[in-house]
Amino acid sequence: MCDVVVVGGGMVGAACAFYAARAGLDVVVVDRGPVAGGTTGAGEGNILVSDKPPGPELDLALLSGRLWREVAAESFGRAIEYEPKGGLVVARSPRDLDALRALADEQRQCGVHATDVPADALGSLEPHLARGLAGGVFYPQDAQVQPALAAAHLIRAARALGARLRTGEVVTDVLRSSDGAVRGVKTSRGELHAASVVNAAGVWGGEMAALAGVALPVLPRRGFILVTEPLPRLIRHKVYAADYVANVASGSAALQTSPVVEGTASGPVLIGASRELVGFDRSVSLAVLRRLAAQAIGLFPALSHVNAMRAYVGFRPYLPDHLPAIGADPRVPGLVHACGHEGAGIGLAPATGRLVAQVLLGSATDLDLTPYRPDRFAAAPAGAEVETC
Amino acid sequence: MLIRRRDRQAGLPRTPRRLVDARPEPAFALHVDDQEIEALPGHTIAAALWRAGIVSWRRTRGSAEPRGVFCAIGVCFDCLVTVNGRPNQRACLVLARPGDVVATQAGTGYEGDDA
Repeated sequence: MCDVVVVGGGMVGAACAFYAARAGLDVVVVDRGPVAGGTTGAGEGNILVSDKPPGPELDLALLSGRLWREVAAESFGRAIEYEPKGGLVVARSPRDLDALRALADEQRQCGVHATDVPADALGSLEPHLARGLAGGVFYPQDAQVQPALAAAHLIRAARALGARLRTGEVVTDVLRSSDGAVRGVKTSRGELHAASVVNAAGVWGGEMAALAGVALPVLPRRGFILVTEPLPRLIRHKVYAADYVANVASGSAALQTSPVVEGTASGPVLIGASRELVGFDRSVSLAVLRRLAAQAIGLFPALSHVNAMRAYVGFRPYLPDHLPAIGADPRVPGLVHACGHEGAGIGLAPATGRLVAQVLLGSATDLDLTPYRPDRFAAAPAGAEVETC
Repeated sequence: MLIRRRDRQAGLPRTPRRLVDARPEPAFALHVDDQEIEALPGHTIAAALWRAGIVSWRRTRGSAEPRGVFCAIGVCFDCLVTVNGRPNQRACLVLARPGDVVATQAGTGYEGDDA
């Protein structure tokens, strides 16, 4: 018996466990694989405000960015390769630049720090950036962590507070009492009894919800990342083209790519980003990798002489309105969701964990959870109104 | 077993080349830092280095640990070396060619390396 079972040992599950344990709850984390074995281990570790227009996701990102800074300052910033390096969004045409600056203006109203960078000043921020770009906007709040390390260290910190971790254990059912309330989970190794179950199963969050008898339409949105050989510091910030924001927000199932380039603490440069809805197909698409490479070279011509060492593939947990499901499920008492963060799960994890801990304790939440309601897809038609900050 | 018996009878050393009865084309020279070594057509850079008794040709970028061949099949990226000015080539995959200039590598292998 424990207070809460967190299903999922990825970044979001780790953050839920960390904040719940810190609040004094008795936590068990269960994952069918290892820690960070899913989407967490297949991303770039982005902590971004720059790509989020005003609205509930930006609110979450701003809170989360503060919490990441806290977590990094508190203890293991170095161990998780936390780098508050800032993001540089570049526009390739005057039209793109107008749209980018308009977005930055709106974001500033919500507390985002954003500095316009004229074309002739781009080189001082990123010396290897291609010439001929129209200009950009610099976002100092953007940061990066090594996501697998971050998940592992948050789980370690939760364990130091008494949480237990069970890997290689598959949740096969959600146990419910006669009144419908959750009373634990059934796993491949037995039963775990708990008053609450947190669905932090990421891209498998829909399956987890189905075990509890409710629908949550999480779909896998595939992405590839190309990894170069380790290089001396060539790229200083996270750099991406302004059209990336439009790609992220798109609901299209077809392949979309836009250049997203950044260095890492250990040397390799990571090159993204592609998005497509093709189910859980892990097969390598050379066409996608070629496009990623060509677009990255377009931003950083120096990359044309660099070897790509490998590529990896992952699946973003996608919900149709691009917002995560966070909070108690009114359909199943005791079931709390924390999944569907699409490509922003690393960045949004601490805020999610903190909000989930507040829900579990029944205390006031830092943010109004209405926009993230897990049952919103059943009730509201697609394209429901979203309030801005 | 047959081969071994024949070698023993002939009193010849059992080299890999004898075992497969290879008759390679003439050897050629490779430059490795400030020395010259000999390679046979078909040798990878790693094979040529090993044949010359060199088993380590890179220092890691973090703690400068020595590295050479580990997997020998192009998977592990441990045997990286600079060939003709291009760093991070997998010595176990790159075929040696006459006149190749091989340089042992430190860190990322790029000039101005601050790693």
